[in-house]
Amino acid sequence: MSGGAARIGRRFADLRAAGRAGLVTYVMAGDPDLATSARILAGLPAAGADIIELGMAFTDPMADGPSIQAAGQRALKAGASLRNTLDMVRAFRAGDADTPVVLMGYYNPIYNYGVDTFLRDAADAGLDGLIIVDLPPEEDDELCLPTLAAGLSFIRLATPTTDDRRLPAVLTNTSGFVYYVSYTGITGARSLDPRAVSDAVTRLKRHSDIPVAVGFGIRTPEQAAAVARVADAAVVGSALVERAAEAEPVDGVLALVRSLADGVRSARNGGA
Amino acid sequence: MSPKPNSYRTGPDESGHFGDFGGRFVAETLMPLILDLAQAYAKAKVEPAFQDELEHYLKHYAGRPSPLYFAERLTAHYGGARIYFKRDELNHTGSHKINNCLGQILLARRMGKTRIIAETGAGQHGVAAATVSALFGLPCTVYMGAVDVERQQPNVFRMKLLGAEVKTVTSGARTLKDAMNEALRDWVTNVEDTFYIIGTAAGPHPYPELVRDFQSVIGREAKEQMMQAEGRLPDSLVACIGGGSNAIGLFHPFLDDDVAIYGVEAAGHGIETGEHAASITGGRPGVLHGNRTYLLQDDDGQIIEAHSISAGLDYPGIGPEHAWLHETGRVNYVSATDRQALDAFRLCSRLEGIIPALEPAHALAFAGELAATLPADHILLMNMCGRGDKDIFTVADALGVTL
Repeated sequence: MSGGAARIGRRFADLRAAGRAGLVTYVMAGDPDLATSARILAGLPAAGADIIELGMAFTDPMADGPSIQAAGQRALKAGASLRNTLDMVRAFRAGDADTPVVLMGYYNPIYNYGVDTFLRDAADAGLDGLIIVDLPPEEDDELCLPTLAAGLSFIRLATPTTDDRRLPAVLTNTSGFVYYVSYTGITGARSLDPRAVSDAVTRLKRHSDIPVAVGFGIRTPEQAAAVARVADAAVVGSALVERAAEAEPVDGVLALVRSLADGVRSARNGGA
Repeated sequence: MSPKPNSYRTGPDESGHFGDFGGRFVAETLMPLILDLAQAYAKAKVEPAFQDELEHYLKHYAGRPSPLYFAERLTAHYGGARIYFKRDELNHTGSHKINNCLGQILLARRMGKTRIIAETGAGQHGVAAATVSALFGLPCTVYMGAVDVERQQPNVFRMKLLGAEVKTVTSGARTLKDAMNEALRDWVTNVEDTFYIIGTAAGPHPYPELVRDFQSVIGREAKEQMMQAEGRLPDSLVACIGGGSNAIGLFHPFLDDDVAIYGVEAAGHGIETGEHAASITGGRPGVLHGNRTYLLQDDDGQIIEAHSISAGLDYPGIGPEHAWLHETGRVNYVSATDRQALDAFRLCSRLEGIIPALEPAHALAFAGELAATLPADHILLMNMCGRGDKDIFTVADALGVTL
């Protein structure tokens, strides 16, 4: 393992050693504007984010609910592009060598950028991995395999519709961690069901020892703690990007990250 | 440039590709469904009982075959090629959309799905989806952009009369592309019971294939009818293209024949203005709505809003098979502006007593120009894929007439 994939591996090893789950925070690059977004990003590790998912704005986010749609629109309006998103990663990496950053979004901006050029620039910027919503295993030749070859992680989404027959295909070529989508639906649409999540994580663990992060439907420290008891990490997105739209975006986002981190960190001590 | 194949009619391959185009670019949640659908369709396709049932409804419910009509006065007007119309505007519900909706709802029933969703631009597909849902007693939700709801009021009311729920989409540009995003969001949320009837020959595999197959009845009939009428195949085919379902339906049976083929995209205010819906003429390859195809997009790969006076052509992409037929050079993709389409709309109404939809009015605008340059023994066949009743308000508005 080299490059970005190694940083994700080290982070999960450290979390295991500390006996706790991780907090994965999703924010949209360029939301509400490029400068503010960079300040939010820089503040995330100290606030308690263990892994950062940085949203790449796209005009047509087919799997996202209203909150992340709106965040993407704010970012695009503020001039976000894939190029300045990578610049933001580079600036972040200059001040933080340890916190993994993965980009999350849709394929077209990367395809348009050119896969090879993009991967070279992404590795150079200090990016660790990609989560691309509209690239299932059936399209692995497009970006997944080149990403792995470039030493970055390609983090796949597993969902409640991913049955046992299909799960091996989904887990093959997944690296870093697998992102379990807790319900069938779009981001921010409802709350997760802790029992169903627990069953799903158990099922995933039967197939692979890759770390499992669970997202969709986590808004509160209590929900984050519930997930942290059964999974390797909890992902929070919509609740955070909603804070980015408020009057004090930096303070608002980071305050919520702090309370979510408290929830995650106390989860296995009988707390939260 | 893709290499020239031995046959243009064998696609897509197993993974849903037409050359470099097509594919299955969808969220994992949908992937198992897409695979189920492909399997169900592969099975149904070769079952005589399925084909018989579809044929029954096409004949007795939709009114097929649609006539082949020699447009004598337009032919005289342009003074060149003999212009024929394939009269798909005479189908039940007023357009070719019913062909595909009947096929897909029969498939939905076989798959045990109990709820229908659809996206619509002009409302023709929405009306057809609402119609077949009423016919088979299934609840139907149609997503329609707010801009289109405004300019296609008669079809909105029609869908409601048919018992469908029309959901107005206010995200993005509030047109067809955004309606499709919203339909996909519904589908990803209601995967268990819901069947998504996609209206155009685009989306993830197997949709481009199955929509094409269900629409190919247009070309198959036209071939037979032309043999009866003229004793030979036409020399040219012309059809309008948004996503391209009526066009691929007409073209596909002729792809391996010695026939020149033209797809007419909507040039809106003019390609040079940037305000158009001509994905091939003015776009480049990208990935959207489950497939790789030609898209209108900016330097960052963000999708650009399309513009056309015709809501049915107002889409920034095109079906992947068209993208491939363009790259192989088999089909010529051209365009007509809002203004040219309006002129053709009026001309056709006056000379033939046929009020065309604004979509095929684009095809006619080009067909007329082309016909004028061709000799009198040239046979040109155009797909009159929809009727214009739904467009009278838009046209009145464009002409400055208050109704």
